[in-house]
Amino acid sequence: MSGWAGAAYGRFRKVNSYVWLGMTAVCAILVVGVLFFILGYLVWNGGSDVNLNFFTQLPKPVGETGGGMANAIVGSIKLLLLASLIGIPIGVVGGIYMAEFGGRFSAFIIQYTADLLNGVPSIVIGLFTYSLIVIRMKHFSTLAGGFALGIMMVPITLRSTEQFLRSVPVTLREGAMALGASKWRTIVSVVVPAAYRGILTAILLALARVAGETAPLLFTALNNRYWSPGWNQPTASLPVVVYTYAISPYDDWHRQAWAAGLVLLGMVLLTNIIARAVLSRGISAPR
Amino acid sequence: MNAALGAVRKPVPPAASAARPDPLVGLKPRLEVRNLNFFYGAKHALFDISLTVPINRVTALIGPSGCGKSTLLRTLNRMHETVKSSRLEGQILLDGENVLDQDVTRLRRRVGMVFQRPNPFPKSIFDNIAYGLRVNGYRGSISEAVEKSLRRAALWEEVKDALHKSAYALSGGQQQRLCIARALAVDPEVLLLDEPCSALDPISTAKIEELLFGLKEICTMVIVTHNMQQAARSSDLTAFMLEGHLVEFQTTEQLFTTPSDPRTEAYITGRFG
Repeated sequence: MSGWAGAAYGRFRKVNSYVWLGMTAVCAILVVGVLFFILGYLVWNGGSDVNLNFFTQLPKPVGETGGGMANAIVGSIKLLLLASLIGIPIGVVGGIYMAEFGGRFSAFIIQYTADLLNGVPSIVIGLFTYSLIVIRMKHFSTLAGGFALGIMMVPITLRSTEQFLRSVPVTLREGAMALGASKWRTIVSVVVPAAYRGILTAILLALARVAGETAPLLFTALNNRYWSPGWNQPTASLPVVVYTYAISPYDDWHRQAWAAGLVLLGMVLLTNIIARAVLSRGISAPR
Repeated sequence: MNAALGAVRKPVPPAASAARPDPLVGLKPRLEVRNLNFFYGAKHALFDISLTVPINRVTALIGPSGCGKSTLLRTLNRMHETVKSSRLEGQILLDGENVLDQDVTRLRRRVGMVFQRPNPFPKSIFDNIAYGLRVNGYRGSISEAVEKSLRRAALWEEVKDALHKSAYALSGGQQQRLCIARALAVDPEVLLLDEPCSALDPISTAKIEELLFGLKEICTMVIVTHNMQQAARSSDLTAFMLEGHLVEFQTTEQLFTTPSDPRTEAYITGRFG
């Protein structure tokens, strides 16, 4: 008798391998399936209401059908723009500091704070902005809403920027410094470009995350049935409109809420596709 | 390292090397290392090293892993400063001036470096070479300088139609020659090479060795290698290091044929390391 297991063991190993392969496949399909189910459900329920009017008209008064959500779409875009202006620079520059300059202690403190901030419920961020900005300005505004969303973007952008920068090989930095580049120049011209795809992905993720936030907008940007010119007035936004329409008693509004959800998802998807198309140009470090 | 090493580390009668001719006779110095001691935190890594690197020659540093040859090389353009806890005592003179007193970015333009693994930037071939020129505020024509460097690194013919393609599209050997071209672009007086062929196949290695031979005309080179054949083939002078000490510094021919220190002999004949 040899010391090796027989044919039965070989069969067991094969079956075992197939079982695990099958399980990973099922999990993968489940994940993708959920996304497509949501998408399909949105189209099923709200697809018929997404038409030209939806993008160009204001909401109609209760009782009248039709109308659109042009103000909420523009409001959401303005809020996200403002959030990006606040969240991206602070997050990216802070991430650069953490990865490149942070001492052990300061890095720990910032990391810990960022992670905590990331875990703060979004409604608390809304309350914070309410007391900090809305009360002082004495009214709700796009500004306050954008600020709240911007705060939420900071920790996500910061932590991922830091991680992507840290994954840039030391040899690249050394190569630049050995050519006489200063540390700052090395970071700007070699390290950040080497990590920029990762950083952009992180920014998109942060943007997608806050695009759907309702809670921090409820008492910062509030809502508006009409256009909200400038940055100083309450504004409609897609998530808040979805929320108010969904809890209303009208069937027409329910359909419009579905449509708004669909448009929101479409906006996030579109940003992603455009950003990735831009990203695929240029040269990035090999993985 | 092992018992064999302990056995050969008996004190050496100094007469053996005193009778030898100075390996540097007739050569002008480019770099002079004087009484260099180096520490990583509390760890003493280099002990009282004195070494003169002559102009327009290839000087090889050999020795087993961990002997301090890379550390010594990195002090020559102050790359050791990237390690925060490091400390250096002694002098390193470049053309008679202490490198420790100079502006480090200017020093690194004059003393270039090629690393163990090819490390092209995530940029095009052209931008890789142009990087050092731009960083150092080069005033001439960048595209001419790029072509000149690529020709010097024997890479021009292979890449002239792909200058704007990613540097990562090149093979490992080509990438390393690109890194050499990148270092040459800023006209360094000294080129430091830290095991430049250890990640390459024999054919690419041969190309690079041939290349270094031709570059002697324009710059002084210091190459770290743990491949003794490579040191024997491509260098004029060789320094053998062991556990942070410089054991022996001779012309390459002498060191490999008639080493004066029994530890050198033990190493080059393959008894340890």
